[in-house]
Formats: sequence, structure tokens, C-alpha cells
Amino acid sequence: MPSIDVPVRNGGFGQTSRRDNWWLAPLLTFIGLGAFVLYANVRVFQGDHYHFGPYLSPFYSPEIVGPSPHAWFQVAARPAWWPGFLPFSAALLVMWAPVGFRMTCYYYRGAYYKAFWADPPNCSVGEPRKSYWGERSWPLVIQNIHRYFLYFALIFIGILAHDAWKAYWFADGFHVNVGSLVMTLNPILLGGYTLGCHSFRHLIGGGMDEISKSPSRAAAYDCVTCLNKKHMVWAWCSLVWVAFSDVYLVLCSTGVWQDRRIF
Amino acid sequence: MANATFRIWRGDKSGGGYKDYPIETSEGMVVLDAVHQIQASQANDLAVRWNCKAGKCGSCSAEVNGFPKLMCMTRLNTLDLTQPVTVQPMQTFPVIRDLVTDVSWNYEVKKTIQKMKTRKPDASDGTWRVNQRDVDRPQEFRKCIECFLCQNVCHVLREHQMFSEFVGPRFFVYAAALEMNPVDAADRVADLKDKHGIGLCNITKCCTHVCPEEIKITDNAIIPLKERVVDEFFDPVRKLFKMFKG
Repeated sequence: MPSIDVPVRNGGFGQTSRRDNWWLAPLLTFIGLGAFVLYANVRVFQGDHYHFGPYLSPFYSPEIVGPSPHAWFQVAARPAWWPGFLPFSAALLVMWAPVGFRMTCYYYRGAYYKAFWADPPNCSVGEPRKSYWGERSWPLVIQNIHRYFLYFALIFIGILAHDAWKAYWFADGFHVNVGSLVMTLNPILLGGYTLGCHSFRHLIGGGMDEISKSPSRAAAYDCVTCLNKKHMVWAWCSLVWVAFSDVYLVLCSTGVWQDRRIF
Repeated sequence: MANATFRIWRGDKSGGGYKDYPIETSEGMVVLDAVHQIQASQANDLAVRWNCKAGKCGSCSAEVNGFPKLMCMTRLNTLDLTQPVTVQPMQTFPVIRDLVTDVSWNYEVKKTIQKMKTRKPDASDGTWRVNQRDVDRPQEFRKCIECFLCQNVCHVLREHQMFSEFVGPRFFVYAAALEMNPVDAADRVADLKDKHGIGLCNITKCCTHVCPEEIKITDNAIIPLKERVVDEFFDPVRKLFKMFKG
């Protein structure tokens, strides 16, 4: 590869001739993602107030082993095989999949490299470090695992859709409560985010040079592309709604809010 | 329209600095018009590269108020004229003089991308049958005017100056246009990973933001190429599946 000699003119971190509020977008990302990570950690390790009536918090779904009636394998207390140093939480058994999916997502990668690592802080703005490895070597080469997390994320949409269906079935039969709608919006937004994933777009047909030879894959590729165009919007809406669904359950189960019945 | 001051970088590879030029602006003016007015009336020796004045030749790339732009496509009514408008050469490439930079590195890099290798013709007359749908995708990349604003803004080149390891967004677009061409049979994936440094891109999307042709560089070229690299080098299950499938 040819090389050229360019005198280094960029003085350092934050140096730029830009006049706009270039710091605002990374700051909002930092606040938004930081707040979500903090809240999720608190809720995951809390291990309480994660179900209310037919609703189950998306942080804890699917509840593989746990004390709630939603659990696949119901246990009254902490299982004997659970590591002693770790507080028991059913969420820890499942959270790795959605966390891994979002952490390796192409949109989030670009966003958190800017917001949390200032690499770069924003376009044509000076960086704090001179060394750079990118995603070519360890540890960030692991980002290439994204499609494997996608497979799990697709399964999770099915599970959360099942949770949404169950959210309409109360002890006295079928009803629609505000909580039912909250739980329904969750798999819809997550579906919009997951099905618009760049890896999914590639696997569904983007990897083919002659997609016209497979009309069904071509149609699927068009749908995924349509969602992919607003991937960032889907990513944020689904993230906020996961947190809100959990907040709704906490407030209902602690009696602060009432889960109003629509019919 | 009100008067405006243009703060233009003057100098050459040995150094330089900003100089202020007050001008009278008029409706519909773009930054290149202002630079031409300054060149005609106040600084006859001001060096600026330009050609079409229509956003199609990619010659007048520069940084206006610190943001990479084509001067001919930046209207003055989109800028705050109450403050001096800063115009400087692209920061990533060596300065020749004033607003003119040496972008010849890009032409050398282009030579390292494997050329098109056509597959066996579909018809006996040596021609191919290609569906329009399959052409549409690489067609987007053909809009590139080689203004090199994407190369200029990419932090791998701009900040880290990894010129010998990374080809930059322009050439991922070029490689994608060839790689996705239904008639092409060459395989550039190993080169993209090892020689052209696609793994160095950390998807900041700055290239997409500055592209005057509005090519979705990151979403439609770089990420699909990264996924092809994953297919080939980082997905053992797919490899196994392909092995059994033959």
C-alpha cells in the first residue's frame, strides 16, 4: 500500500474548527446509554418486582429458573448450583443475549465509540489518543460475533411476543389493560430493531450479487432494508420501551401506579 | 445581503496562517463564488482547485467552518455570516498551496484494488444477461465523484494517518461496486481484510455525513463488505455448512 507524509496538524482532544454543537450528539448518547446501563444493572441484580399479574419484565424474560409463576422451572429459593459470589437473579441467565446483541450492533458500536471512547468524539474533531487498532485486532475483533447474537435476538422476539399475548389473559379471562398495551409494544419495537439489523440484511439476501434470482429473498431484503434505514430510531425506541415496560411493572407491583383496565 | 468576512488559510507545505477578506455578498452565492470574488479583487495569487461549479467534478473540496464540504455546493445562506467564515484546505492530505491539496495518494491506492474479472458470458455472442434489480445496488456507488471528502473526514486517515494500512471509505465504495457487480467473478474479500484494512473502520458514519452525492457509504458499502469478511473469516458455522453443501 502506498504511503504519504502529512504533517500532523491536529493538536489534541476536542480540537476542531467546527462551530456547531458537535459535542451534543455524543453527550446525549453518553447520558442515554449510561442511564440505561445503570438502571438495567440495578434491576437485574435486584431480583424483585419483575412480574405483576400476567406481565413479566423484559429484563427477566424468559424466566428459565425462578420463583415467579412465569418461570419455566419454578424454584422457591436460590438454586444450589448458583455460584456463591453472585446474587441470584433469573435475569442473569438471559440478559447476556440482548446485551450482546446491542453491544455488537453496528449502530451502537459507532455511537458508543464516539460517546464513551471519543474515538473520535465526533467527525473532524481531535481525539485524546494517538494509537488506534480499530476492530481489526483483539479485543474489538470480537464484534464480528454479531450475527450469532442476532440468532438469539430473533428467538427473543418470539418469546417476548408470547409474553405480550399472555399480557391479555387475566384471572377472570381476556381483558385489555394499559399494561397489556405496554407489553405488546415491546416486541413490536424490538422486532423493528432486530429485523432491521445490518447482519440480518446481509444474511437474508445482501450477500447475494444476483438476488433477483430468488424473488422471496429479494422481497425479504427490501423489507429489511426499509427497517434498516431507520435502524438508529428503532434502536433507541426499543431500548427506551424495554426500560419503560420494566418501570411500569415496578410501579404497578409496588402499588404506585394502578394498571387501568380499558375493557 | 450583508457584508461577510472570509477567513481563508494561506500558505504552503512549509506553513501558513489565516487571512481575513471582507466581501460584499449577494443572493444565491456559494462559498466558491466568494473565494472567486476574493481571488479577483483582493488576492490574485489565492490558489483554489475548481472546475464544474455544479457539485459533479469533486474538485473544490475544502473545510468550511471546520466541516468537509464542496465549496460550490455550500450556499452562504446556510452559514452564520455574522462571524468570519473559515475556509481551510482538507486536513488529511498534504497542502500544495492555499486551498489546494495533493490527493494523488488516492490514485495510487485505487491501483491496489483488484480490477473487474468478468464471469463466463451468458450468451453465445459473449454478452451477459443481467437483471436491472441486481444493477441498482452497485449503481449507487457509481455516483461517487471522487471529491475525497470521505477520505478527509475519516479519522483513521485524518487523525491516525494509517495511509499504508487503510484504503479509506472511497475505496470501500469502489470495491463494493465491483464486488456486488453480478458480472464480476473476482474475490476481493481477503484483500479487504488483510491489505485494505476494513477492520480498522469503526463505523462512525462520518463518511456518509459528508458525502455530497448522498451515497450511504457505511450502510450500503462498508458494512456489507464487513459482513462478507465475516462470512469468509469469522463464521465457522457458515463455513462448515458451505463445506458440506459443497
